[in-house]
Amino acid sequence: MANDQPSTRPETRHQLQMARSMCWHCQSEMSGEYFCERCVKVQPVSKDTDYFTCLGFPRRLTLDPKKLEAKFYELSRAFHPDFYQAKSPTEQTISLGNAAVLNTAYRTLRDPIQRAEYLLALEAGSVKEIRTSPPADLFEEILELQDTLEQYRASDRESDQGRRLRASLQTEQQTLERRREEMESQLRRLFTDWDQLQDRGEATSQTRAERDRILKQMRDLLSHRTYINNIVNDLAATIG
Amino acid sequence: MARIVGIDLGTTNSLIAYMKDGQPCVVPDRHDRTMVSSVVALTDNGLIVGDPAKEHLTRNPERTVYSVKRFMGRGLADVESELAYFPYNLTETGGVIRIRLGAKNYSPPQISAMILKELKLRAEAHLGESITKAVITVPAYFNDSQRQATKDAGLIAGLEVLRIINEPTAASLAYGLQKKTQGTIAVYDLGGGTFDISILKLKDGIFEVLATNGDTHLGGDDLDRVLVDLFVAEIRERRGIDIANYPDHMQAVRLEAERAKIRLSDELKTEVSLDLPEDKGCFTGELTRDQLESLVMPVIERTLAPCRMALKDAGLTPEDIDEVVLVGGSTRMPLVRQRVEALFGKAPHCHLNPDEVVALGAAVQADILGGGTTDMLLLDVTPLSLGIETMGGVMSSLIRRNTTIPASAKEMFTTYVDGQTGVDIHILQGERELVKDNRSLARFRLKVPPLPAGVPRIEVTFLIDANGILNVTAKDMRTGKSQSIEVRPSYGLSDTEVERMIEDSFKFATEDISARKLIEARLDAEALIKTTEKSLAEAGHLIPTEEVDGIRTALAQLSAAHNGSDSRAIRARMAELEQAAKHLNIVMLDDSLKKGLHGRKVSDV
Repeated sequence: MANDQPSTRPETRHQLQMARSMCWHCQSEMSGEYFCERCVKVQPVSKDTDYFTCLGFPRRLTLDPKKLEAKFYELSRAFHPDFYQAKSPTEQTISLGNAAVLNTAYRTLRDPIQRAEYLLALEAGSVKEIRTSPPADLFEEILELQDTLEQYRASDRESDQGRRLRASLQTEQQTLERRREEMESQLRRLFTDWDQLQDRGEATSQTRAERDRILKQMRDLLSHRTYINNIVNDLAATIG
Repeated sequence: MARIVGIDLGTTNSLIAYMKDGQPCVVPDRHDRTMVSSVVALTDNGLIVGDPAKEHLTRNPERTVYSVKRFMGRGLADVESELAYFPYNLTETGGVIRIRLGAKNYSPPQISAMILKELKLRAEAHLGESITKAVITVPAYFNDSQRQATKDAGLIAGLEVLRIINEPTAASLAYGLQKKTQGTIAVYDLGGGTFDISILKLKDGIFEVLATNGDTHLGGDDLDRVLVDLFVAEIRERRGIDIANYPDHMQAVRLEAERAKIRLSDELKTEVSLDLPEDKGCFTGELTRDQLESLVMPVIERTLAPCRMALKDAGLTPEDIDEVVLVGGSTRMPLVRQRVEALFGKAPHCHLNPDEVVALGAAVQADILGGGTTDMLLLDVTPLSLGIETMGGVMSSLIRRNTTIPASAKEMFTTYVDGQTGVDIHILQGERELVKDNRSLARFRLKVPPLPAGVPRIEVTFLIDANGILNVTAKDMRTGKSQSIEVRPSYGLSDTEVERMIEDSFKFATEDISARKLIEARLDAEALIKTTEKSLAEAGHLIPTEEVDGIRTALAQLSAAHNGSDSRAIRARMAELEQAAKHLNIVMLDDSLKKGLHGRKVSDV
């Protein structure tokens, strides 16, 4: 609900508009993070704040889940609407909006895959634009698998043919699950590479090239993994 | 801040609780009973609620409503399979079930409001103050319409509902407060009509729900029905009577089934006895716990799939669960405890009163909102995925189930045709692929300025608040202007209808109060007339005749007022009579004193 245009009427419920560095309530310069240090009013999380910043973590791909959870609990205590029941409607609106952003931020960063997809979106544009695609080396195999899956769905499951198809699908599922694990360990290596690159903090043409390489590989792996993941889920749902 | 109470609005029983010196406690009635039967009956003297109404279940079943919670936020088609079990008349208007009582139709929120009012009165009498704010519990698996219906019920009852809270999570608050537990717990809540499973992580006062699942049509009622079906079949077979054709007897069968089920939690066998219609005598039979268990096994088994699903969604296995907490009266059944123990691999915790723990937890949440308890915080989830209809009748999910609330999602909408002025949006809740398999929540039309196709950009924000209730706002990205949206609920009362019901309820409340005032004034007038006439007969000769005439005139005037229906006129005539008879009363008092002294010695006085 917050946006960045300064407003002449700061305290209206539907148009919470604030200058980035100004308290919506007392208009004093903001020095606190989420609360105005002068009037102690809660401040809306700006819609431009990324989830890493929101939870107070650097843009790294290896995060300590315990620390992440502790920060989430701390901010939940600060923002949750339960604690704003006696406050003004404006503060209640901010609390509700902030709590919703915080919950999304935590949900995204808690899961390593979602975290990486989010970082990719921040660093290299939306991941939604990349279609999930099959890995080239598995393309033939997957086409064949889709055929088997169709045959199995059409077959009598208790017949010999049904049982045979089922067994072959189970083998395929195991192969794909192994493949998924492989991709995930590759991803973890890339996550470490990324973090190390960030920690070095250099800005040479070489590090820029390295950065682009990591992002590109991560994007491909994530896209392939999602594709494999969907098939595995589909398989699991069909053959149980 | 005014006191906030916690209310467990149950299928079978309801309770109201509050916080006293940092501990939640349930408000009892004069007889120290904490539960109010969730039953409303229409009698010749008007509507009655609670235990007195329960007595009407067998006396006039067509006019006695029970288990109304099963109809909250639902349409007739949702409950088609169980309509035969309910003796009262159900219809549907505007996507909302209506219950016929006498000449009037009532929506389920109105019936629930009567139960809430009864609880409110009970708390007001106990605490000696007016109660206007409440936290009300609902099954965790209630969808948006069912939650909204519960909120409407509160409004109609004259309560500001500060929060709708999930029953298993409420139970966990009461449990956590008492036990100071840390770790992962599973709350298995099998109530009168609903089943919930919630998995929570308790850490440093934070109660984080990891996953929830359930069935809003699975509970003690369903267990009773299995027995009802058995009794009906046996009576038909052995006595040749189809008792199902006699609604009043069917209610007796249902109540006996419930009682037999309860007895079999402690005993291995029990005697069943039922009066038969048309003076055919009595049916008696024996029922064993084994019989009961083999009959209800399929119903109990239905609770296990949601448990497994919740574990899976939380990313946990049964070994990860530190403790299992049982909530709801139906968890008293030994079979339920066995099945739960087998699934989680550990004996469930059953030291809390399963009937009261939800209301107690609601009182804790009320205290958190009131600022009394500051070290505890509940982070709950939305039980069902929320989405919108897209091309081809497919649901596109916006907020996944088990997302921590408050939760929001934004979606951008545009037009496909030049000059198009509206975009229709259909909001759904559920886990299925196709729109038709999910729950339709609401529809609304987004207003768009007539522009070339694709130019308008309207951002719609779907926000599920801390009550689990959806709020929708829209903003035109070109102009930055917000748009108010009139959401038309698919299965719920419209705002205007709720407002009318609130007004009605106030009107009836005023009518009720004036009716009561009149009755009281008449009774008082009758008593005054009687005593004055008695005094006149005894002591009329001691006062002047004109005074006697004055008293007689006042008496006649009071009698006339007594026959009217103006309580204030009655009170006024009573005051006049008291004034006219003042001297008579003094004279009489003196006289009786004299008489009383007569024959005694002065020294005795």
